[in-house]
Amino acid sequence: MKLHADREEHRLSANGLLRDDTKFASGKIAFFQYATVGVFLFLITGFWELQVRNPEMYQERAMQNSIKAIPVLAPRGKILDRDGRVIVDNHSSFSLFLTRENLKMEHLKPIAEGLNIDYDSLVARVKRFQSRGAPQYQPIAIKEELTPAELAFVDSHKDADTFPEMEIIRVQHRLYPRDGLAAHAVGYVGEVSEAELNTPEFARFHQGDVIGKDGIEREYNDLLMGVDGQRRVEVDSFGNERGVLAEDKEAIPGKSLQLTIDLDLQAVAELTLENRRGAVVALDPRSGEVLAMVSRPAFDPNLFAGRIRSKDWNDLVNNPAHPLMNRAIQAQQAPGSTFKPIMLLAGLETGAIDDNFHVNCPGGANFYGRFFKCWGKHGTVGIHEALVHSCDTFFYNVANRMDIDDIARYAEMVGYGHKTGIDLPHEADGVVPSRKWKIRNFREKWYPGENISVGIGQGATTVTPLQMASAIGGIAMGGMWFQPHLIRDAVHLMPARRTQVNLDNIRKVKSGMYGVVNEGGTGVRARIPGIDVCGKTGSAQLVSNDAIRAGFKQGKDMKDNAWFVGFAPCDAPEIVVATLFENGEHGQLAAPIVRDVMKAYFDKKQRLSQQPREQIASLPPIPGQLLRPPTAVPPPAGASNP
Amino acid sequence: MSAYRSVREFDWLMLVLSSAICALGVLQIFSATHDTHYSDAWWKQVIWILAGFVAMWITTLIDYHTLLGQVPILYGLSVATLIATYVLGMSAFGSRRWIGTTSYHLQVSEFVKLVVVLLVARYMTELKTEQFELIDLLKLGGLVALPAGLVMLQPDLGTALTYFPILVGGIFLAGLRWQYAVAIVVVVALVMPVAYFVVLKDYQRARVISFLDPSQDPKGSGYQVIQSKIAVGAGALWGRGVTKGTQTQGRFLPVPHKDFIFSAFAEEHGFVGVIVVLGLYFLLLMQIVQNAQTAPDRAGMYICMGIATLLLFHVLVNVGMVVGRMPVTGIPLPLMSSGGSNVLAIFMMLGLVNNVRLRRFVN
Repeated sequence: MKLHADREEHRLSANGLLRDDTKFASGKIAFFQYATVGVFLFLITGFWELQVRNPEMYQERAMQNSIKAIPVLAPRGKILDRDGRVIVDNHSSFSLFLTRENLKMEHLKPIAEGLNIDYDSLVARVKRFQSRGAPQYQPIAIKEELTPAELAFVDSHKDADTFPEMEIIRVQHRLYPRDGLAAHAVGYVGEVSEAELNTPEFARFHQGDVIGKDGIEREYNDLLMGVDGQRRVEVDSFGNERGVLAEDKEAIPGKSLQLTIDLDLQAVAELTLENRRGAVVALDPRSGEVLAMVSRPAFDPNLFAGRIRSKDWNDLVNNPAHPLMNRAIQAQQAPGSTFKPIMLLAGLETGAIDDNFHVNCPGGANFYGRFFKCWGKHGTVGIHEALVHSCDTFFYNVANRMDIDDIARYAEMVGYGHKTGIDLPHEADGVVPSRKWKIRNFREKWYPGENISVGIGQGATTVTPLQMASAIGGIAMGGMWFQPHLIRDAVHLMPARRTQVNLDNIRKVKSGMYGVVNEGGTGVRARIPGIDVCGKTGSAQLVSNDAIRAGFKQGKDMKDNAWFVGFAPCDAPEIVVATLFENGEHGQLAAPIVRDVMKAYFDKKQRLSQQPREQIASLPPIPGQLLRPPTAVPPPAGASNP
Repeated sequence: MSAYRSVREFDWLMLVLSSAICALGVLQIFSATHDTHYSDAWWKQVIWILAGFVAMWITTLIDYHTLLGQVPILYGLSVATLIATYVLGMSAFGSRRWIGTTSYHLQVSEFVKLVVVLLVARYMTELKTEQFELIDLLKLGGLVALPAGLVMLQPDLGTALTYFPILVGGIFLAGLRWQYAVAIVVVVALVMPVAYFVVLKDYQRARVISFLDPSQDPKGSGYQVIQSKIAVGAGALWGRGVTKGTQTQGRFLPVPHKDFIFSAFAEEHGFVGVIVVLGLYFLLLMQIVQNAQTAPDRAGMYICMGIATLLLFHVLVNVGMVVGRMPVTGIPLPLMSSGGSNVLAIFMMLGLVNNVRLRRFVN
């Protein structure tokens, strides 16, 4: 205090005042006040700039910070068999997505390493999404079916400071039957490809969408697919969810689809075909419903359920047996002797032959200076025996008596040479040779000598197993063809196609086919005691087929294809089955497959009639169901009836 | 020695203004921490404020002349404690600012501000001449620089910087020849680049860079500024409501209850809230200045003006940082930011202002 007292004294003496005076500073204090006003104005303008001038920009950025859109993937509809049993189901699993709002390319490397993803393909994938201009909210799926270890990696790294773009989403994956059961009919799903996006059919999809790629999955994709929803959540800077916002968009699940396929028959058909290359198609000729459709070798659609690995894809595509091909609708093979019932019908209808027409078969015959061989020596054969024993000589003569365009007209009448219109993509047309066809394809006129081999289903004629089942089923129904289809409750756009065929002639054809199975013909192996099975074998030479185009080419894959087509019961057919057994040598070998499928059908029918049919959950019909209208075929104009 | 006069002479307006600011601070601390593990911060703050009232009362009672007489002892004690803090102090957030046990730690450097205020006031009143000479500048500058340097070593650049406005304000009031002022500016201009590369640590340099261009490193140093500006802007005119600000609640704002509390406040209360709080600060400052104008002697005037300058500097740097107009220095907003030492120190300063006020009619 002494110091202070001294100071006081000094002031007193200097200024002559009692206390020291602060007046000297008043101007400076005023300056401080102005400076304070200046500082506050400086600060307030800062807030003005942010909060009043353009708050929208910052509100937008605050929202980007805290709002994260998470897609809610709609599960695809289930696919059921005709009794409501599940063929294709979904199972839920976790997939890792990268959200694109906060995606950083430099994060891809550590993410790829942490999850064992190939870095280069990951980068390529992300770039593809960006170049496509897919909507920003659409995240990129980078890994499916996460293991617990991978989930843990993602959980511990998805905070704001590490890799906030990582997002785990629960997805519904397709679960297909094992061993490729019904794989070709059902098809498979997959991510829409770059090439597909450039086509009009797929232009409405976005990069990353999982769509039906083949089979029913593709044909009815729009019904099965559903609509993805979106969940908008508020997150904190660590990526933790803080709450769900009200403006959620619910995912609309896809509709379930009931097929006409009967799993029991399908399973029997699959088993009986074993690992042989070929196809089985079973139809109900009374409605066109496909009861079973098998193509072998099959593939495992589950490989596609996530994203298919390129190795698996290459294995499938490069497999010489073409497992992805649905032989039931895509294998175009010469029908061989299964064409003979149609020839007989055509011959009788056009009047080229009549009931009394007989031919002597010494093992072949000469036409136009060339010897055409029969597979046996049948002696004198009439129309019935010719079919029962599949006498080639007889049908050479029938063909020789007919005009090729008449043959073609009847082949087209039963459904050959054009798509059946089944609700599956990529159906093949087959070939029905005619004058027009020859001019169009070879710029050559038709030589009558070419008729001869057409008579036994060789030559240029090719059909698919489905066409064959449909054709024979329609004949069995007395000349009424229903459009084959796979979906129940389908509203037919195309009514049954009825033609003016003489029912008497049909009866003769059916009688011959009955003989094939029951009178010691070529198809005895298809016999089922107690059931009137009709059928026809076929063994189509591949060489003569090829010879038209490329000359002879002998090889072990050039063994004859075996066909068998049959229906039952003879008088009121309920089921028609066609089997193609590639390189199966002879149609007799294909007959047991047809027999087993039919037996399964009738056994089941009997079983159900004995016990009251249990209530089967039937699905509501799908409104506005769209079956592709099949190519309309006018009934043969020159169908002259005696 | 003057006597304390009457409770009616107490600066009630200043108390009301500071209490209002504290109340808004507590509200914002609650809003920013209610669902975190700092959720008890708001009532801790209330306790510190109550303690602050008591501290204010005590500093009001002791005559400031007595305090000025003890400046050598207080100064020596401060320097010794700062050294002790540096040597022994516990490490929190990578720097040594605290002393005490884990639950009650005091930030010594906050209280040193008071000592610096008293030091400058006493030095100025004892000037032998009417002009502040170069030798005085060097002497007083050295006296302030010593504790400031010790605080900088902790390292706490922000708090260390707050000592100098008190010095500069004092010199400004005392009057410095313009030649010296020019000389200082030149020296500072020369020293700054050297200091930037030699004295500043990497993270401090990064703060300077991010202040000049926040977008350069949006996830690093610039992150805080960018997030703060987003928060302020998102608040718009009326704010998003208490506990409704996504920047605050989602923890995009760094330390929304401490250094960036005003950013959180601006988000949740908008421009209107900002004007109210800045208005309160402005009135508080003007009230302190008014007390300086009516101070009974130069010592009292210097004390009040030193405190006013210090508070203005705090508000300028902290609020300026929130809107991106000042670099991130990590100094708290007086009376609002959560933190005991700062609240106590500020209330003690307000107590000093009251102290001066109550003795203004002494004859």
